[in-house]
Amino acid sequence: MTDNVQHVGLPDERPPANTVGPIAWLRNNLFNSWYNAILTVLVLALLGSAIPPFLDWLLVKAHGFDSTSPACRQDTSGACWGFIGEKLRFILFGQFPWNEQWRPLATIAIFIALLLASCDRRFWKPWFGLVWAAGLVTVGCLMWGGVLGLTPVENTLWGGLPLTIILSVIGLAVAFPAAILLALGRRSNMPAVKVLCVTYIELIRGVPLISLLFMASVMLPLFLPNGVSIDKLLRAQIAFIMFAAAYMAEAIRGGLQAIPKGQYEAADGLGLSYWQKMIKIILPQALAIAIPPLVNTFISFFKDTSLVIIIGLYDLLGTAKAALSDPLWRGFYREAYLFIGVIYWIFCFSMSKYSQKLERDLNRSHRR
Amino acid sequence: MATETRTARGASVPGGSSFSLSDPTVRAVVYQILVVGAVVLVGWFLISNTLDNLARRSIATGYSFLEREAAFGIGEHLIDYSPKDTYGRAFLVGVLNTLKVSIIGIILATIIGTLVGVARLSSNWLIARLASAYVEIVRNIPPLLQLFFWYALVSDGLPPVRSALNPLPGVFLSQRGLIVPAPSADPVWKMMGIAALVAVVLTIAIRFWAKARQAKTGQIFPVGWTALGLILGLPLVAYIAGGAPVALDMPVLKGFNFAGGMVISPEFFAILTGLTVYTSAFIAEVVRSGIIAVNWGQTEAARALGLPSGPTLRLVILPQALRVIVPPLTSQYLNLTKNSSLALAIGYPDLVSIANTTLNQTGQAIEGVTMIMGTYLSISLSISLFMNWYNKRIALVER
Repeated sequence: MTDNVQHVGLPDERPPANTVGPIAWLRNNLFNSWYNAILTVLVLALLGSAIPPFLDWLLVKAHGFDSTSPACRQDTSGACWGFIGEKLRFILFGQFPWNEQWRPLATIAIFIALLLASCDRRFWKPWFGLVWAAGLVTVGCLMWGGVLGLTPVENTLWGGLPLTIILSVIGLAVAFPAAILLALGRRSNMPAVKVLCVTYIELIRGVPLISLLFMASVMLPLFLPNGVSIDKLLRAQIAFIMFAAAYMAEAIRGGLQAIPKGQYEAADGLGLSYWQKMIKIILPQALAIAIPPLVNTFISFFKDTSLVIIIGLYDLLGTAKAALSDPLWRGFYREAYLFIGVIYWIFCFSMSKYSQKLERDLNRSHRR
Repeated sequence: MATETRTARGASVPGGSSFSLSDPTVRAVVYQILVVGAVVLVGWFLISNTLDNLARRSIATGYSFLEREAAFGIGEHLIDYSPKDTYGRAFLVGVLNTLKVSIIGIILATIIGTLVGVARLSSNWLIARLASAYVEIVRNIPPLLQLFFWYALVSDGLPPVRSALNPLPGVFLSQRGLIVPAPSADPVWKMMGIAALVAVVLTIAIRFWAKARQAKTGQIFPVGWTALGLILGLPLVAYIAGGAPVALDMPVLKGFNFAGGMVISPEFFAILTGLTVYTSAFIAEVVRSGIIAVNWGQTEAARALGLPSGPTLRLVILPQALRVIVPPLTSQYLNLTKNSSLALAIGYPDLVSIANTTLNQTGQAIEGVTMIMGTYLSISLSISLFMNWYNKRIALVER
């Protein structure tokens, strides 16, 4: 009776060849309609005509890192990496004394290590602030010198990548507390405080960074009492701090607005004072929400440090441009801009990927 | 509200002191007085220092320099300008140049950004990947670096004027930029402009009429096609009526430069390309997130109602997506306008660059920086006012 009932499952049939495998993938993703097919062919043709010549220029016909300028000028069909080979240390470290350039190199290493460590949420503890402070002190000693037998170096000689990182990290670190105060002030019940904060934030956000840098470089000396002067680097740093504070305040305000009213009311109900309420209840939650937009602010801030070239400081872009003004190497702008473009890109791209990951993680813990 | 609380409190404590630091209202007033006092003190300190410094260095103050002769040339100007004109007129030239590059940049960046944003969502894997690569590369490189690159591409990468590339008759590519033939001056161009303006006014009127008619009778009038016909047709009619002039002002090489024709300078090309490319990557992200934000169910519901795909997009998806898109788009437009100040670095005569020349020549730094900031603030405010008005118009109307 039960003989013709099969008890063992048959092995699965292979799906039809046109629904799995590379051919199905091609059909679904590249040729799923007539216009997509046309687009695919057009794009392939475009890439086919653009990529091989670029690779030729970049690698195949390129001159090595030890090539000389006359050799490159004779055969211009390939990139001249000899330019980077000769100018590498100038582009990265600016006019820092040649024999002391391990110091800016160490500075870069310390900053990258600190930034990488800060990405790990296990280190988001108060003691890590002390690690940062120690790192910044070390960096200060390395760059200025004058202690532990290091030769003193004027900050007019600083340049290149360390300058870019210092301007953005210090700017952010100083602007952060100011931004918290501005954001709280903007949501304050006191009309005078609110008006002042709103005016400051909107004023700064309404004007381009260049005008702030101008203000810092030509107006700041007029603001100070006679005989007091501050150097160019510090003036640029002040402009950056003012700029960053306004933008970060808006990011933090977003976080503050995302906190449900019940949290404020519960804190009031417990009889906490304004500052207890903010420090213990509201800010820890608001800042966690504000971290992804804050990272985005930091990215745009990192890119904006390149503007200091306009007031005559030599950050990474400034040194590359200065290297290009060497008559021997004039005209190799593709190599120079590609090189520093890649450096900027690596920094900004990894930060933006990190901010996206963080956003996903934080959302997950919210949803639970 | 604040005063009410205070009187209520004061009344409830008969005979009690009306001034006590434990009263939150009193405390708030004291805090505010302290804060404002501190700001005023710092401001007074800075201003007195400034006045002192200005007097010591005998720098003039005030805006009377705007009436004086500027005595510097400007390469590109939309209105007549010569070095004999005043600083005020030079500044106006700069403002117009800034507006020119910002407006063209905003239009181009919106078009490219929308295309790239839609392409990122394409079902075509290759197109979607290409669009993401574009966005990720462009927005992670400083805009100033991109400007320098575009500028060097033209000024270093192209041949000098003597051996200019000549891809089409009358079109020259050289270090001095792109020179194309321009239509010779003719009253017809003015007529065509007026015709286009009339067409726009007519379109707006037809739109109102069609809306009223649809509300009354339910019949739909094809406003879009009519508008297209009018805006293209009326200027064409004017052109033909004016005798259809075909004379072109051909550029010719004279000595060290071209004479005649229309010039797109390397500076303008670099700043426009740089701003457009950089901002379009951000706009692409804005557009993409706006489209994703509209639930797929909306499309399905529209299909179920029997709407074809055109009206589905126009009447269902876009109105909802725009609500998400407009606020961040506004800030991208503002960013583009503010970034146009980078023109200074490559020598395009925008308002910052002209104000910079002015303040270097006159030494009046405060006035120069104030003029830059004031102009940008008014541009920013006008863009945000306009976009806020537009945003309110398309915002969701709730109960």
